[in-house]
Parts: sequence; C-alpha cells; structure tokens
Amino acid sequence: MVENSNTPPSTKPPWHRDPIIRGYIYQTLLIAAVIAFGYFIFNNTLYNMEKRNIKTGFEFLSSEAGFGILFSLIEYDESFSYGRTFVVGLLNTILVSGLGIVFATLLGFIMGIARLSPNWIVAQVAKYYVEIFRNIPLLIQILFWYSIVVKLPSARKSLAVGDWLFLNNRGFYIPAPVFEEGFGIVLGALLVSIIAVYLLTKWAKRQQEATGEQFPTFYVSLGILIFVPGLVFFIAGSPLSWSMPALKGFNFRGGASMIPELMALLIALTVYTGTFIAETVRAGIQAVDHGQSEAAHALGLRQGLTIRLIIMPQALRVIIPPLTSQYLNLTKNSSLATAIGYPDLVAVFAGTTLNQTGQAVEIIGMTMAVYLSLSLTISVFMNWYNKKIALVER
Amino acid sequence: MSAADFKPHPDLPPPKFQTGWVKWLRDNLFSSPFNTFLTIVSVYLLYLSLPWVLQWAIFEASWTGTTRAACETADGQPRYGIGACWVFISVRFNQIIYGFYPPELQWRPNVVAILLIGLLTALLLKGVKYKQWIGAFTLIGFPIIAGILIHGGIFGLEVVETDRWGGLMLTLILSWVGIVASLPIGTVLALGRRSQMPIVRTCSIVYIEFWRGVPLITVLFMASVMLPLFLPEGTEFDKLMRCFIGIVLFQSAYMAEVVRGGLQAIPKGQYEAADALGLSYWKKMGLIILPQALKIVIPGIVNTFIALFKDTTLVYIVGLIEMLHILQVAGRDSEWIGFDTEGYVFAAVMFWIFCFFMSHYSQNLEKKLHTGHKR
Repeated sequence: MVENSNTPPSTKPPWHRDPIIRGYIYQTLLIAAVIAFGYFIFNNTLYNMEKRNIKTGFEFLSSEAGFGILFSLIEYDESFSYGRTFVVGLLNTILVSGLGIVFATLLGFIMGIARLSPNWIVAQVAKYYVEIFRNIPLLIQILFWYSIVVKLPSARKSLAVGDWLFLNNRGFYIPAPVFEEGFGIVLGALLVSIIAVYLLTKWAKRQQEATGEQFPTFYVSLGILIFVPGLVFFIAGSPLSWSMPALKGFNFRGGASMIPELMALLIALTVYTGTFIAETVRAGIQAVDHGQSEAAHALGLRQGLTIRLIIMPQALRVIIPPLTSQYLNLTKNSSLATAIGYPDLVAVFAGTTLNQTGQAVEIIGMTMAVYLSLSLTISVFMNWYNKKIALVER
Repeated sequence: MSAADFKPHPDLPPPKFQTGWVKWLRDNLFSSPFNTFLTIVSVYLLYLSLPWVLQWAIFEASWTGTTRAACETADGQPRYGIGACWVFISVRFNQIIYGFYPPELQWRPNVVAILLIGLLTALLLKGVKYKQWIGAFTLIGFPIIAGILIHGGIFGLEVVETDRWGGLMLTLILSWVGIVASLPIGTVLALGRRSQMPIVRTCSIVYIEFWRGVPLITVLFMASVMLPLFLPEGTEFDKLMRCFIGIVLFQSAYMAEVVRGGLQAIPKGQYEAADALGLSYWKKMGLIILPQALKIVIPGIVNTFIALFKDTTLVYIVGLIEMLHILQVAGRDSEWIGFDTEGYVFAAVMFWIFCFFMSHYSQNLEKKLHTGHKR
C-alpha cells in the first residue's frame, strides 16, 4: 500500500476477505468434518462389532423371541418373533400415551381454570397442586405410585364399588362391553344421526345469518343423538351385554382390567403433565386482553357466550402450541415405564430384546426413530396449525 | 339557618355484610350457588385428606430407632398407611447423600458444597462487587476445583473412583456438569441455527431437532451401550463419563433453543449498528449480541437447569447410584421391605426443595431483568 499510494486502492477485498468465498470455505470444511466424523464412527462400529461377534442387519426381527410379555394388546406369546415384540411395545406405548393425554388434558384444564376461579379455596388447591407436583421428578412419582399400588389389598379383599369396579394389587377391574350380533345397525344409526346433526348445524347457522332467527340447535341435536340410536338399539333387541369382573379362585375373571404397572404409570404421567397443562391453560386465558371480555359484555353477550365465542378462540391460539409439546413430552416420558416394568417400547424392545440379541445399533436406532418420527410429525402439524390460526393483521 | 349551624350526621358504619371477614367470605367463597357448592366440596375433601397426611408424615411416624422393629406395631405388623417409617431414611442417610464415598474422605465433597454455597450466596446477595468475575469463576474455575477435590489424584489427594460416587452428591455433579458443558455448545448451535450459511444452518437444525425428538432414556441407553462401539479400540470410558456425554449431547440441544430465544429477542438495530461499525461476525456476536442475549436468557437457563436436575434421576436406569437408586436398593433390602414409599417421599421432598427455590429464583430474575429491550 505504501509504495504505490498514487493508484486508488482496489475496492474489491482480497479473496480471503470476501464473505461469500469465506462462507463456501467454512461450509466445505464443515461438510468434510461431518463426513470424516461419520466415517470414523462407522468404521469403528463395524470393527468393534466384528471383533465382538455382534451380528448386523435386521434378520433378528424374524427369529423367535422366546420371552413372555406381561401385557399385550395383540396376541403374543414366547413363540412370536422379535419383530412382534417391537409391535407389542409400540402399541403399549401408544396405549399409555393416549390414555395419559386424555386424562392429563382433563386434569390440566380443570386445574388451569380452577387457578383463575373467583373461589379462593379452589384457586389455592389448584395452586398447591401445580407447585407441588411440577417440582418432583416424574421418575420418583412413578416409583411412588407403584410402591402404593402394589400395597393395595389382595384380590379377596378388593376395594369395590358395587359389583362393577374392583381395585386390588393385581389391577383395576371394570365391566367390559360385549357386542353381539346386530350392534352394527346401532352404530350405523349413530353415524346417520351424527351426519344429520352436522347438516342441521350448518342449516341453523345459515338460517341465523339470513334471518337473525336462532334455532335451538343444541337441544335438538342432543335429542337426535340420544333418541335415534337408542330407538334402533331397542328395536334390534338390545345387542349389547356387559362382561362383569368376578372373583374366581385367587383372581378376577371377566371384564376389562388394568395392570398395576399401567395404573401407576398413568397416574404419575397424568398428575405430572397435568401441572404443565394447567400452567399453559392459565397463561393462555390470562393472555386474552381484559378489554375483550368487557367489549363482549358491552355487546350484550352472556358470560357463557363470552367465554365460548370471544375468550376461548383467542386463548386457544396461545394454548395449543405449548399444549402439543406437552403431549409430545408425555409420550417421550412414557418411556420411563421401564423403571417399573410396564412393557412399553423401551422396556420390551430396547430392554429385553436388546439384551437377548445384543444388536444395540439396530435396536436403539429403531427405538429412537419411532420417537423421532413421532415428534417430527407433531412439529410439522404444529407449524401448519400455527400458520393457520396466526393472527391475520392488516 | 347559617352554615355554621349545619352539623353533618356522623358517617354510618358500612353494612355488616360489606366489611371485614364476612365480606371476604361472601366474595371469595360464597359468591354464587355454584361457588358455595365448590367450597363445600373442597373443604370436605381437604378435611378427609389433610389430617391423614399430617398424621402419617408427622404425628404417627416413627422417628427414632435403628431397626425395623421401630416401625412395627407390638405384634410385628408393619404400620403401612398409619405412620411413616423415617427410621428407614435415617439409617441410610450417609449413603443417600454421598453414595459409597469413603466416610473418612467425605470432608472433600463437604468443602466443595460449602464453597458452592458461598459462591451462590455471593451471587444472590445485593451489593456484592465483581459479580461477573464471581459468576465466571462459578462456571469455569469452580468445576475444576470441585473435580480435583472430589476425584483426587493430584496434590497427594487419594483417588476416589467414580463408581463410588453416589447419592445426592452425584445428582448435583451430573446436573452441574451438564449445564456448564452444554452452555457453550448450545450457544454455538444457536448461532449456527441463525447463520446465513445454509449448510451450517441445516447441520445445526438437524442436530437440535434430533436430540430434542428422542427421550433422554434412549440417549442414556445409547451412551452406555453404543458409545463403546463408536470409539476406537482401547478408549475406555467409565459409566459416569458415558452418562456425562449422553447428558451433554442431549442438553446442548435444549440449551441451543433457549439461547436462540435470546438471540431473537435482541432488536434488529443492535445487529445493524454492529455491522455499521464494521465489526466482524465474531466481534459482533461476542461484544454486542451475546452479552445482551445471554443476560435475557438467564431465567431460561435456570429453567433448563431445573429440568435437567429432575432428569438426572434417570441415570439410575443405566446403573449409576444416584439418590433414587440408593433408595430403591434400600427398599429391596429384606429387613426394610415395604418401606420404599417412605424413600420416594423423602427423595420427592429433597428434589422439591431444590426445584421450588430455583424456580422462584428464576421468576424473580425474570422480573428483575424485564426492564430493557421492551418496545
């Protein structure tokens, strides 16, 4: 620069200062590093597995499992394959997550609304519930409930509600519906009445927009939904009976039952996730500006209508995204089932099957892939939903 | 009649139902028939449960003794559901706190604990000078000192192998290391996710979404089963180290999302001003953006810490003897069988105390830091 100060300095920076070229260089280096790292891991794994005589590939999925599973939704015994254990575990995970999501949502919404209740004592109970159970690790809660469930009285001394519900250390027993021939007609009638209600609602809305006249949609729909399938049910000769749980020998037979492991897991997941859902619901409702409900009242809407038409649609916009991630957390947390031996995907497949076959890479990979695809699906759905309900501004 | 003759009547007292506790009751408990119903139901339920809980946990509980007999009735029946057996905790107390750490060396973790408490108090108290240096020391210098003291091996300190570490001590170590190590990695990942370079961004997103999408327990399984397969022959890690790696891989993804939140909250003008001054990328980030962003996300970091602290209970599934594991093993001891519930209640109370105070601390911080950057 000093020697030839007469010529104006070039406006173009030297190539190693050019941000675009730098960007290319950095990214090439990153790709190279990632590939090298992947190759390193892959090579080591192959070498180590060969050395330890670990088989590779997915052939093991079709060989006989040879171990029993405590609880299965589909037919399963020792003679089924390892692939079947994967399905059994997956279904058990789905069962406990599905039930957990339903119960946690109920509990969370009740407690979230209760925290905002004008009733002091109700608000305090909800507050203490959230503060206590949110701050205790889920695993401790699962083990705690399990230690209580196994101390319940034995089958002969069951806690019972009438002849229908029984609770003992073998599980929780409820009557199960038995569908007989002809129940399909009742289901068909139910389907027809649901379609009718849907059409009626549409018609009533159009009617209201055109003339301003309101039609008592709710009561008429309720009537259709109860009356039509009910009538068909009796005409078809009541094609439904109940299988009652009854004490035979040392245990209960008949009815539907829930094993103690599932009970403990379900209670813990519900109570724990319920606290987070309660906080989400409370934050969502509080996020709606007070002016909104005042404006609704000024328009002459009743309290119920204000909540249904003004508050809830706006609160749900805030509530639903974190709610979905709570559902996702619950599903991932259900993997703690392995601590008390509830046969979920991790306990059965990444536990027993892994121990028997030793094919860690394939099995852990498959297990992770299940959870990963689940959470990616949910986040794709969430992004779509967020876009759909996002506030449309000027 | 002149104005001087006018004597106002003294104020009447407010109506009886509009003052004091009567008004409070009417407003808060019996404002409508539905509310009255709710009040009666809740009071009845509390009446059923609270006295029983107090009786079980305090009044009927067995506090003294050293054997199972202290928790049994005269005819040798365990008092399940009547009184808690805290004796079960007190006989195991040393293990619950230290694991199998040699008793004669337990002064070392104690020194670390006192040091940590001192540092944290200095950070929490108002008016202490050089807070950022104390903070930096807590994050960087303190872990090294703690590591030397607890593990030993230098300065003539006897080595204590990691398989003897356990109890509450191990829980604290795991979560502390998890946070300290995942903070820098998470920051880099967050910067990567907001980078202009598409490949850097993609790599960061894939990393973050992958680890956030899988449960911690599968990560721990992976770390303990698959890690030895991934590494060249001869590299041996002990169980604790493998757990650390799993936790840090997992936690850094969560930390990245927290830091990203902070980066997004910094007004665009700050980025543009730094660019206008001609600062390079790293100077812009290191001097302008990150100091502000990290300050905003301190509450978020504390919340991640709480989540990690609760999650450390999972390491017992891969065989580390943290507090929960000790209590579970103790509950299987034939002498104490059936008293595991007390163990879990104790663990729950311990965790609750830590988490509750940390979350209140983070809420306070949030309020205190919620001053700038509001537009």
